[in-house]
Amino acid sequence: MKKSVLSATVVLLLLGAAAYGAFFVAPTDAKQGVVYRILYLHVASAWTGLTSFFICFLANLMYVVRRQPRWDWLGVSAGETGLVFTTVVLLTGPIWAHPVWGIWWTWDARLTSTFVLWLLYVSYLLLRTLVEEPDRRALLSALFGIFAFIDVPLVFGSIRWWRTQHPQPVVMGAPGSGLDPTMYKVLFFTWFAMLGLMTLLLRQRYRLEAMRGEIEIIQRELEAA
Amino acid sequence: MKNLDSVFAAYMAGWTVFFVYYISVARRTAALRDEIERLKNSLNRGK
Repeated sequence: MKKSVLSATVVLLLLGAAAYGAFFVAPTDAKQGVVYRILYLHVASAWTGLTSFFICFLANLMYVVRRQPRWDWLGVSAGETGLVFTTVVLLTGPIWAHPVWGIWWTWDARLTSTFVLWLLYVSYLLLRTLVEEPDRRALLSALFGIFAFIDVPLVFGSIRWWRTQHPQPVVMGAPGSGLDPTMYKVLFFTWFAMLGLMTLLLRQRYRLEAMRGEIEIIQRELEAA
Repeated sequence: MKNLDSVFAAYMAGWTVFFVYYISVARRTAALRDEIERLKNSLNRGK
């Protein structure tokens, strides 16, 4: 208990420092003004969400190979955590887009592929509620999770491969693209803090799934008794 | 400070989602903990 309180405190401090950096350390953008500061929450959440989906993908692969429940638990936990971060991306994006583009939403490649990603992981979680038998549920959702991950490279590449309303990448983009060095530092620090939050949420969610597994074992023992 | 309200709205929306999710996981965990206790008691009574 003490360890979890300590880790939550560390994550809160990191997030507080990241917010301080985003509002008081990073310089104001010459074109967009203060509204660009949404970038630190929006982009860091997007990167963290994709990291979480990658963990989900690896856990799903491991489940298919090893068939151990712990990989299923990790897969669903990372899938749900990634979905939370992607929800933040889909909420903050339109709030940022409206003053800058004059529209809340457009069906360009980046926005559409991100929305499809969100729908795929909602389906991944819904699928799990439809199958009763634990082993079958784990295998089906692992296979679906592997399929859903196909959209992640599309989200990553969409602003590199096609012309979009969404801005060009700030990292690994074309020559001349990118951010001011201080903005980079604040962005990477915010991502680091977000990864801390992701780890905290993932650990909590994994514990919940492990408890569900324990309940299923006790229920089977009760039925056998 | 043009568009400061948009910045405020975005950060509020983001932190609300994280907070609500954290609370939802904590509540589900507490409910399952109670369920495990209840099931363990039933199992012990049956033995």
